[in-house]
Amino acid sequence: MENLNDLLNGFYVALSFKNIGFMIIGVLLGIVVGVLPGLGGPNGVAILLPLTFGMEPVSAIILLTSLYWGALFGGAITSILFNIPGEAWSVATTFDGYPMAQQGRAAEALTLAFTASFIGALAGVILITFVAPLVASFALKFGPAEYFAVFFLTFCSFIGLGKDKRSKILVSLCIGFLLAAVGLDSVSGDLRMTFDNPQLLRGFDFLVVVIGLFGVSEILVTMEEGLAFKGKKAAIDLKVVLKTWASLPKYWLTLIRSSLVGLWMGVTPGGAIAASFMGYGLAKRFSPNGDKFGTGETEGVLAPETSAHAAGTAALLPMLALGIPGSATAAVLLGGLLIWGLQPGPLLFVEQKSFVWGLIASMYLGNIVGLIIVLATVPLFAAILRIPFSVVAPIILIICAIGAYTVRNSGFDIWEMVIFGIIGYIFKKLDYPIAPLVLAIVLGDRTESSFRQAILGYEGSLSVFWSNGLVGSLMVIALLLLFWPIVTEQIAALRRRRASASSAS
Amino acid sequence: MEDTQAERGISRRTVELTVACLFLLLSVVAFYDNYTRGAGWASDGPQSGYFPARLAVIMFLGSAFTFVVALRAKPEIFVTYEQLVRISKVLIPLIIFTIGIDWFGIYLSSALFLAIFMVWLGEFSVARSCVSAVAFVVATFLIFEIWFQVPLPKGPVEALLGL
Repeated sequence: MENLNDLLNGFYVALSFKNIGFMIIGVLLGIVVGVLPGLGGPNGVAILLPLTFGMEPVSAIILLTSLYWGALFGGAITSILFNIPGEAWSVATTFDGYPMAQQGRAAEALTLAFTASFIGALAGVILITFVAPLVASFALKFGPAEYFAVFFLTFCSFIGLGKDKRSKILVSLCIGFLLAAVGLDSVSGDLRMTFDNPQLLRGFDFLVVVIGLFGVSEILVTMEEGLAFKGKKAAIDLKVVLKTWASLPKYWLTLIRSSLVGLWMGVTPGGAIAASFMGYGLAKRFSPNGDKFGTGETEGVLAPETSAHAAGTAALLPMLALGIPGSATAAVLLGGLLIWGLQPGPLLFVEQKSFVWGLIASMYLGNIVGLIIVLATVPLFAAILRIPFSVVAPIILIICAIGAYTVRNSGFDIWEMVIFGIIGYIFKKLDYPIAPLVLAIVLGDRTESSFRQAILGYEGSLSVFWSNGLVGSLMVIALLLLFWPIVTEQIAALRRRRASASSAS
Repeated sequence: MEDTQAERGISRRTVELTVACLFLLLSVVAFYDNYTRGAGWASDGPQSGYFPARLAVIMFLGSAFTFVVALRAKPEIFVTYEQLVRISKVLIPLIIFTIGIDWFGIYLSSALFLAIFMVWLGEFSVARSCVSAVAFVVATFLIFEIWFQVPLPKGPVEALLGL
């Protein structure tokens, strides 16, 4: 029960007035960020991150993770009231949430969504509490070769399990790696791909890239669609909340199933977006009311929200235990840890115990705080969306510009942000996924250095990646995931052949 | 340029091919840089171009594949001209705003950006737009310069006010 003891100490760290205050601010900002187009979880965290450089790491990460919870909650508000998913992971919530709002059941739908989010997040935090220390202590045995294998596995599963065209995921990853390599190479002291340009000398900062790719591009996409928000009104009173909560226990199976899907998708870098769709799809298939999905079915709101939050939370597990983020937001948080001088990965659990457990405890508290705040303040945030886009768009762009500037106090970074905004727009329109690029730019240097160290001992021979059972099996799993679509196709073909053979006999 | 029904715009295939070509070019440039610097094995281990050069090759292959796939794509509209106009309504002011930051500092250009945007696209009254813009900029100043103590780029106006 060492974990529980550590967790109690964590609560001791997290439960200070200051940290609870940061939690509330974080959740509130997060909901705003989740509600507004162009300010999502990843770039909300990216904009706020430079402001936390001077803060104590525990408080800083509590603020930023709370912003993340808030963003997860906020996405549901726009989906249900406006039929506009504030975040990609709440697209599936619109399917049944908006019809419910149209039928005048907006308060019920919102309560369902928030509660489901809470349950999903709780599942994620419980997983982190009990599994992350195990993973971390296991990973303490890792050498550079094993680390490279784990990185390789992450990237392979992105390609193999991704929804977009595989060649495009691959290209997106490569661009991320190449961008990460630009600038001074810390091992050899060489300047790489700078082409004698003083601005390229400093390399690309992932925060600026994130703000451009997620923030500016989203405004361009929104503008292209020529938005006019027309929303349903909602105020939640306690009676509806209690009534909705009373109806929840009968959906326990959906909740558990969606949580499990979410946890799995979160730990592997499938992410919250894929998880929400999978949760919805599975609920539709197994629910007795499956054919009524899309018309305002309770489970249609519960399932995707539970999965999305379970995934969003579980994505922090590999980030903490291995230093490998399971989502774009987790990648940005990881970058934050590095900036605060903390080395994410297994050693964190040994050297920075109070930080890790303070963070984990704050996840429990942050979600409770988030649930209460979001239930109480829905009308306020729904009102934000009624502000015309002609006011919201420039404000968001100005905030993005300030965020990009504060990263390194460089005006050139604002230009970089604008350029990456245009790139992000083109990426979105052509279905090039953005998350792999962000992951690669954050992990690029560490992937490369573990690769270099690994082959160094073997005189440049790649056989180091098959030199022992652990690294070998990691590589095999990675390749299996990379070729997963081909593998499943072959299995399906084999089954069909068997089936036709048995029916013939 | 395809002309499907009433909507006219840039063909998706054209953009897809152009982007794939740019990525091909980018990978060639990256490869060239890393290869000429040394992408092999030195006495002290892999040279600095070792890893990026190999990634550039992978990127080249991926982009080439994307290019070939795009060649066979169905004609579709990437963006209609009408949409393009709407996007430029925000993109061009954004670029001017960014130029403005270099000249006037972030506060003045933010205020102008917001006010002009509100009057032009939001059809708000000039007075209301200006008041909102000034209020926003003052709030930004208080939050960043005073509360977080993060200096933002300033221009002649701030110098005049002695900030």
